[in-house]
Amino acid sequence: MYGLKKDWDLEPRVRQFVLADYQSNVPRWCPGCGDSAVLSALQRLARDEQLPPEKTVVVSGIGCSSRLPHYMKTYGFHGLHGRPLPVACGVRSRRPDLHVFVVTGDGDNCAIGTAHWIHAIRYNMKMTVLLFDNNIYSLTKMQTSPTTKRGDFSYTHPMGAPLNPLDPLSVTLAITNASFVAQTIDWNPMHVEATIRAAHAHPGLSFIRILQRCPHYNPMVWQPLQQDPSLIRLLVHPDGIPADDTVRKIFKNQLEHDPADLSAAKDIAAATDAVPVGLLHRNVNAERYDFATAQGLTMETDERVQAIQAEIDRFLV
Amino acid sequence: MSQPEALSRGDESPDTASAVSPQTQIVSQHIVEIVSDSGEGAQTAGQMFGTVSAKMGNGVWTVEIIPAEIEPPHRSRSGASGNRIRIGREAVTNMGDAADVVVAFNEQVLYSRIDVNALKPGTTLFIESKWADDPDEAVREQYAEALADFRERGYQIHEVPMEQECLRIVPDPRRGKNMWVLGLLCAIYERDVSHVHAEIEQKFKRKGQKIIDANVALVDAGYAWARENIPLRIRVPVSPTAEPQVVMNGNRAAALGIMAAGIEVCSMYPITPATSVSHYLAAAFHKSGGMIHQAEDEISAIGFALGASYAGKTPVTVTSGPGFALKTEFIALAVMAELPIVIIVVQRGGPSTGLPTRVEQGELLAALFASPGDVPKIVMAPSTIEECFHFTVTARKLAETFRGPVIVLTDANLATGQAPFSRPEVQEDWLAPPIDQSEWDPTVAPYQWDPATGLSQRPIPGQRNGMYVLTGLAHDERSKVAYESEINQRAMKMRSRKLHTLFRTLKPPKVYGDPEGDLLVVGWGSTRGAIEEAVDRVRQDGGKVSALHLRILSPLEPGLDEIFKRFKNIMTVEINYSDDEDDPYTVPETRRYAQLAWVLRARTLAPVDCWSRVPGIPLPPGQIEAELRRRLGL
Ligand SMILES: Cc1ncc(C[n+]2csc(CCOP(=O)(O)OP(=O)(O)O)c2C)c(N)n1
Ligand code: SF4
Ligand SMILES: [Mg+2]
Repeated sequence: MYGLKKDWDLEPRVRQFVLADYQSNVPRWCPGCGDSAVLSALQRLARDEQLPPEKTVVVSGIGCSSRLPHYMKTYGFHGLHGRPLPVACGVRSRRPDLHVFVVTGDGDNCAIGTAHWIHAIRYNMKMTVLLFDNNIYSLTKMQTSPTTKRGDFSYTHPMGAPLNPLDPLSVTLAITNASFVAQTIDWNPMHVEATIRAAHAHPGLSFIRILQRCPHYNPMVWQPLQQDPSLIRLLVHPDGIPADDTVRKIFKNQLEHDPADLSAAKDIAAATDAVPVGLLHRNVNAERYDFATAQGLTMETDERVQAIQAEIDRFLV
Repeated sequence: MSQPEALSRGDESPDTASAVSPQTQIVSQHIVEIVSDSGEGAQTAGQMFGTVSAKMGNGVWTVEIIPAEIEPPHRSRSGASGNRIRIGREAVTNMGDAADVVVAFNEQVLYSRIDVNALKPGTTLFIESKWADDPDEAVREQYAEALADFRERGYQIHEVPMEQECLRIVPDPRRGKNMWVLGLLCAIYERDVSHVHAEIEQKFKRKGQKIIDANVALVDAGYAWARENIPLRIRVPVSPTAEPQVVMNGNRAAALGIMAAGIEVCSMYPITPATSVSHYLAAAFHKSGGMIHQAEDEISAIGFALGASYAGKTPVTVTSGPGFALKTEFIALAVMAELPIVIIVVQRGGPSTGLPTRVEQGELLAALFASPGDVPKIVMAPSTIEECFHFTVTARKLAETFRGPVIVLTDANLATGQAPFSRPEVQEDWLAPPIDQSEWDPTVAPYQWDPATGLSQRPIPGQRNGMYVLTGLAHDERSKVAYESEINQRAMKMRSRKLHTLFRTLKPPKVYGDPEGDLLVVGWGSTRGAIEEAVDRVRQDGGKVSALHLRILSPLEPGLDEIFKRFKNIMTVEINYSDDEDDPYTVPETRRYAQLAWVLRARTLAPVDCWSRVPGIPLPPGQIEAELRRRLGL
């Protein structure tokens, strides 16, 4: 640099990331697919938070939504149907330095991966989980999912889904140690982004259910909500998801809800008269398993060798 | 090792000192069992006897005798709990045939041993005599009947007032009889009781001096009583090794191997008989900086492990048959996406829940093939407890070098058997170096397969410019999803090529016995000791039989065609199911072979035959010997 000696290493080290640093292949989702809106929000968050791409890992299962890691220019793990959460917990277990995101679908998370959903919530390892809920199995071309509305057509239930759907919010809120549960809608990018931002800042596992449009296989499912925003109950609170004036203007049906109040959150989730959007529950003091799994990380090799030798010596005859 | 013949009588032996009573037998090896109701401590006594014998320089192999139920009723025919200890002048590699000496806390548990042919005419019995005076007439009758039966069977019976003698020292003989009996055995086998005292001190350290003193007193009392009342002395000479020895079971050896391999993450779900690996690790792993995760199921366990692997930490998962089945989808992902992981499978009896605590070698074909699609991977099988340690260390190295899963097949026999072996010297370079976080060269693809070896280097999250999206979908070198025919063909070839690369580094296995002959017995895993002992016995009678033991099963070790050519017949001996050759309801076209036999037939096109059994216990050398003799017409 001008004025400095050559061997003075004062190159500015600060890296500045722009959106393009997070953008990879052109997404191959259908036009109008809600997945694209969430992808953009995630990329904006990464840019705003200046997450180093090499320190960011997006883990997914299998489904349309689970293709998302391919469109991020970060590390990614597009694994098995239903199993992104165990993988993400493993990534996190010994790498507190990484930013971990999980992308999953209503089939991926609420059917085949249900056991992992429950336990990952309980482990509460720091990561952000995005549940793309389009109420249908899309990648496999329209089968009933656990969140499909009763009576809706699919190729596995041509006479209509036989049962009432499972509610991912109520289930998650009921799991011991749930520490961050929010809901958002893919057709309001501002709210999606604000929600992901709050989730990423949360010290623990943040779970976001995203009502996601699938114009290809389930075009009608969120239409009533889109057409009549009063069917949505916007949760507002100083500790909640920040909702600016444009959002507040659209969603006039608002409820002041303190996310610390878990039992109120459960009532809101269970209510059938409106669909909640916002932060239902947050507890920044919930126990975190990733503190336990990271134990011993700083141990030096010679210390470790000594400990192993001592252990072997216990078996000397 | 030869059959349990008496080397000589004490009175003819040159090393007979005047202290040796005329009834001292000097033998090259001996098998002793201690059996009791569960909860009476026969297992502890047996293990201590084994450890003390190892300390004195004997070869030792111990086998747990476990009841089918957790809390079987007292004095039940199926409730035997205890230990078999085989000691020898040289290293002992298997549990042997019938017992020479059995100590039984009641006559009923003995029947469960008789039922599995663990006794023979001439077996010396030390049996608790208190049942003869039991207040319950039915018990007295049972005892009298059994004793008459035992006499008829030709056992040498010593009735021993165990409880009565123990009551002189402790109020509750149910807790303590085992130590008294240990003292008795120490007298008979001329063990140095100071070793026993040291063991007791070690074992009961946490329980306080009072407990230690009581146990020492019991051992000493049993010892003194036997010196006074039992003239029999059995001397198994020792051939001490210069190297320091450790004694442990195969699961502990594997657990220590995990630590010594520098593995930091063990992710598991409990399943017998693999669980004790995790029990041990749970208590010790943190000392060397490791972490054990008990997942919600086996799928999650391996998923977690592979997440850790992706993030740069080579993990291990430990399981048995049913859990292994659940892991197969993730194993295919580990092959497809080339993620290093060590998978230890402690085999048990199958299919389904099968025989959870018992031994079988039923997972070889599953290890080779049970995953969606073509899944080339490394499979190895330790044949001794010592190898359970060293193979685990090797497995981590292979998993990383060859970038994929390495399956280590042990079994319930190795898992619970104990034997001494040379203390391993842990090398610093066994431990994985800290993960590479240096900048990645962006011109290098995440799967830049070397065409000659199939090997490639993997970027780890944190490495700048190394970003890639791992996928289980077909992909090209850059990990881009690719459905093109040529790309798929090439990627499959590259993943397969890695096995050839490993193959080229392997040496042909050594034939045990003559390099040519009438019959070659091929084995794998824990059967090695028993097979080689059977082969020795038959060779002593002029049988032209040799043995070959395979430790790496994928890729198969080299040189098999050459070796097989020099034998008239080849057969495998395995602990898994096969149709017998002479089964009247099976025709040759439909005969189902033992698992290694299938593999060898396919690989070599040689007419490899097999003899396999699923008794739920290790194959005794005598049974193998009988089959070899039958085949050789001896
Ligand atoms: C073990 C396994 N079973 C079944 C499948 C087939 N499969 C792939 S995606 C999917 C459902 C996807 O639905 P969802 O999770 O809701 O994702 P979406 O496509 O709607 O985003 C199924 C059944 C699979 N890939 N693996
Ligand atoms: S099928 Fe539905 S979920 Fe899948 S890409 Fe198309 S719109 Fe999106
Ligand atoms: Mg879906």
